[in-house]
Amino acid sequence: MHGRPRKALKQEDETALSAKTEKLRSLQAQFLANHHNRIYSKEALDVSAKLLEVNPECYTAWNYRKLAVQHHLTNSDSDPHSIFQGELKLVEIALRKNFKSYGAWHHRKWVLSKGHSSIDNEMRLLNGFQKADPRNFHAWNYRRFVTELMKRSDEDELKYTEEVIGANFSNYSAWHNRSVLLSNLLKRKAEGYFPKEKFLEEEFEHVHNAIFTDPDDQSGWFYHLWLIDQTVKTDAPLLVSSWPSHGSSITLIGDNSLQGCHLSLLNGTLSDTATLPVILNFNLAVEGINSSTVSIKSELLEEELVWKPLSMSNSNTAKVWVVYLNLGNMELQSSKTYSVDISIGHSEGIVSSNENHYGDPSQISFKVFVQTASIKHSEGQGGKRTTWKNTNFHKIDHFQESDPILSAVQNHHIPTTSNWHAEEIGEEITQFRDLLSEYDCKIGKLTLARLLTALDLLSSQHDGRISNTEEVLQLYTDLIKLDPTHSLYYKDEHSLISIQQITSTRDSLLPYCHYYRDETETITGYVCLRLQNLSLSRLGSIENLLWVQMLDLSHNELQSIEGLEAMQLLSCLNLCHNKIGSFTALGPLRLVKSLKVLNISHNELGCHSVDTTRYLCPSPLSHTEEFAWDRFEILTGNVSATKFWEAFLIFGSLALTELNIIGNAVADENFRSFLVKVLPTLKWLDDEELS
Amino acid sequence: MFSPFSRVPSVSLGFLVPITVLVSSISLLVRLGFRFRFLECICHFRSVLTRRRKLRSNCVAPSVTSRSCFSINYAKREVRILCDKAKEILMEESNVQMAELAAEKHVRYILSVEKRKDNFESVVMEHLRMSGAYWGLTALDLLGKLGSVDVDEVTSWLLSCQHESGGFGGNIGHDPHILYTLSALQVLALFDKMDVIDVDKVTNYIVSLQNEDGSFSGDMWGEVDTRFSYIAICCLSILHRLDKINVEKAVKYIISCKNMDGGFGCTPGGESHAGQIFCCVGALAITGSLDLVDKDLLGWWLCERQVKSGGLNGRPEKLPDVCYSWWVLSSLTMIDRVHWISKEKLIRFILDCQDTENGGISDRPDDAVDVFHTFFGVAGLSLLEYTGVKPIDPAYALPVDVVNRIFFTK
Repeated sequence: MHGRPRKALKQEDETALSAKTEKLRSLQAQFLANHHNRIYSKEALDVSAKLLEVNPECYTAWNYRKLAVQHHLTNSDSDPHSIFQGELKLVEIALRKNFKSYGAWHHRKWVLSKGHSSIDNEMRLLNGFQKADPRNFHAWNYRRFVTELMKRSDEDELKYTEEVIGANFSNYSAWHNRSVLLSNLLKRKAEGYFPKEKFLEEEFEHVHNAIFTDPDDQSGWFYHLWLIDQTVKTDAPLLVSSWPSHGSSITLIGDNSLQGCHLSLLNGTLSDTATLPVILNFNLAVEGINSSTVSIKSELLEEELVWKPLSMSNSNTAKVWVVYLNLGNMELQSSKTYSVDISIGHSEGIVSSNENHYGDPSQISFKVFVQTASIKHSEGQGGKRTTWKNTNFHKIDHFQESDPILSAVQNHHIPTTSNWHAEEIGEEITQFRDLLSEYDCKIGKLTLARLLTALDLLSSQHDGRISNTEEVLQLYTDLIKLDPTHSLYYKDEHSLISIQQITSTRDSLLPYCHYYRDETETITGYVCLRLQNLSLSRLGSIENLLWVQMLDLSHNELQSIEGLEAMQLLSCLNLCHNKIGSFTALGPLRLVKSLKVLNISHNELGCHSVDTTRYLCPSPLSHTEEFAWDRFEILTGNVSATKFWEAFLIFGSLALTELNIIGNAVADENFRSFLVKVLPTLKWLDDEELS
Repeated sequence: MFSPFSRVPSVSLGFLVPITVLVSSISLLVRLGFRFRFLECICHFRSVLTRRRKLRSNCVAPSVTSRSCFSINYAKREVRILCDKAKEILMEESNVQMAELAAEKHVRYILSVEKRKDNFESVVMEHLRMSGAYWGLTALDLLGKLGSVDVDEVTSWLLSCQHESGGFGGNIGHDPHILYTLSALQVLALFDKMDVIDVDKVTNYIVSLQNEDGSFSGDMWGEVDTRFSYIAICCLSILHRLDKINVEKAVKYIISCKNMDGGFGCTPGGESHAGQIFCCVGALAITGSLDLVDKDLLGWWLCERQVKSGGLNGRPEKLPDVCYSWWVLSSLTMIDRVHWISKEKLIRFILDCQDTENGGISDRPDDAVDVFHTFFGVAGLSLLEYTGVKPIDPAYALPVDVVNRIFFTK
């Protein structure tokens, strides 16, 4: 029931309604009797027609009409044309009663698809309906069906949307249809629409009329964003960054058997698995990364490599792919340099989910250097424990050659000959500044922030210049105040820009990098990235942080760590004092096999009845993972799976040695004893050493 | 869970509205003594015209139609600003007393509707009683009152709606349809009574409705819609039979309905609509394919459904409606972007739509209540973590404990 006032009926209305009810009830009863007895006489058909005129929603009656049509068509002297004509007429009457009736619209399609009726009338009928309700999505869907049937060109339909928008720009349906038509034209490279420069300028002009006339009307907002996207984004997937990066050298410290050998900076990674990850980070999710599309040449290579998408879903596509070079059973010579050459995309097969092929064959070469350890790396580290005390962190004045900090995002973008992208965005920036100078509105500010971000992205491709960040951050800060209803959206955007600013160059990263060294530690040079206390609500720019092994994100406002799975070297993670509300939010960590130390104290685990990451973490609910009943029962005995399944999914697949979970609603004694069972590798839980 | 009734508020009367609004707004402004405001409007109107002229200086002069359309829309906006002001004042007044959920009255209302078969509404909606049962019973369960229902009575009625094909009709005597097959399964799941049906038979019915391109028909008559993709996937998942269909193709079809705004339509090219988005995002969630959703883009579109009054609409520039508290909220929850709207404002809007005297919730404040909106209001409050309402699963649209029972008991 929509839009009917809540009030008691007057006496006379009540009587009228009850007569109407009685009539409808009797029609329904008669109709159902006819339907079940397969009676298709004229009288019986009349009953169903009358019923549908009153209640076009009665789907069984439409089905009955179709059966009746089929029945009469088998009759040799029937006239198909007039039979179908009758149906079309009934549909029209029903639609006049309720033009949102799914059953009626489908009946019309069914009749037309039989091919006995002229489609010329359909446009006339549609124009009438669409004038009466220009936003009716049934009519728009039907229009697409009819235009396809009569092979009306996309160009003609584009003109129609122009007319509709000309009559009233506040018609989201028409803007939407425009995007569909233009995408079609672009896809088949129609003349005048390919390349997209040809129509984009005009479209921007078009949508300005809508946005600038009434900036608070949303009709043009999403279309405008789509145009920005079309201007800025390349269709073909590109490699954004990698670890190790091109030209870098990795130092492995250990003896010649690699046992107990570890990556130059942190304990953990290599000593346990003796594998060296190679990470490729693309700008879009891609599929088809395998040994034929990506070839690796090195003496370090012994067996066929298997690339793995870092994805938490069922699909075989991911933005980030990883392969592990197994060094465990190799005789590596100390003080020798091994070189690794990776070439990507020299043969076809890397495809993005929008079916574009990788367009920029590239090469990554790095060196691996083995150094004999100066101290014996103690297995398991006994009672040593990672503490996040400030005194354990030491400021870095400048990076050393051996520090594996990834330089800024590598220049892996396809060089463009024309500069129209940047010019077009520059023009838009001028227009929106103009708008804002006259009228302070949220869409103006938001669009300006997005345009400036886009411009920075484009110019960083040319000369690595990023200059508008401060203004963008100010715009989002303003928006939080201007539109408090959506303040957390702007806050998330603000966080993304902040992280981008911090991580964009080695220089900008320097103040956030510290050497970690506790009192007993002799090896120097463990770099920890400390992004604590920045009121971050969201993570981003992970492509700049693939090198990170120790990460301090404490005292922020994170409720999700989406994207963190790309940090395949991560060994220690501090998330204390954030807003993590459920175990499934830790899902990305399941893909970080190197993780040993995790601090999630003082979060909101167990505080919420609704889990917003329930479907973003692999589980039986989304058919991304079978529940390991056997293991669950062996480890936990007879606890209820409905209660602990999330914690089991997360911790059951990690090999943590240290975990801190105090200060969460969920962390009672019962739960702690459950954790000890699921995490047999655990040496420290909260502040206690486990025996 | 979908009735063939449309979810769209029936208000768009096209450009007639702006014209009448223009006329009435001017008279209203004058009548109410807003002379000063009116003059201000005229000045502002001029400045906007200059702005437009400036911006369009390099193209041809604006045509008469676009100019008139402009003035209409301009008037529309002025009226909206006035209305918003008025609403803000009213809201401030009502701030003093925030309504509470009249849970007991809603329970009584739902139980009375289940029994009533004599009024006009119940006759018009007779063909979708199965969905009605699902809405009513799930709402009761969320309010902790499912115990007051006669399980055997409901189950035996439900079974008499099943056909030889395996599918369920909306009521006794009505044809089988995938819509009511899901409602029937959901009701059985609530009661933990899945064992009363022949699982393979229902599975075969759903499997038979998948088309070559991966899409699903609603029944043997071939209407195709992404709603049916969701329903098929949800049914089979509850039955632990998802492997019986071509999931990869089903997912591919849903993705072919994705739009420039990140949302989804009924069929390829169809406009995004919050109800349809729930179906597509829900189907992708259940099949572990949420990585194919542009979460930030869709999230922005969805969070912009929240209008000034706190309610959510289903498409841009439409009126808010309680049912979108479910469609929008569940979608935002599944993609972890629900914090992008104001929960407090939405709770207030839903509570304002209650009939505090006779129970039930309506689409908008002071409209007539029905079971459909009562369920979606309660379900919305559940996703907003409102005290006293059991949590609901955003993808299966069943209480979390029911879903966990299906997937996490051996």
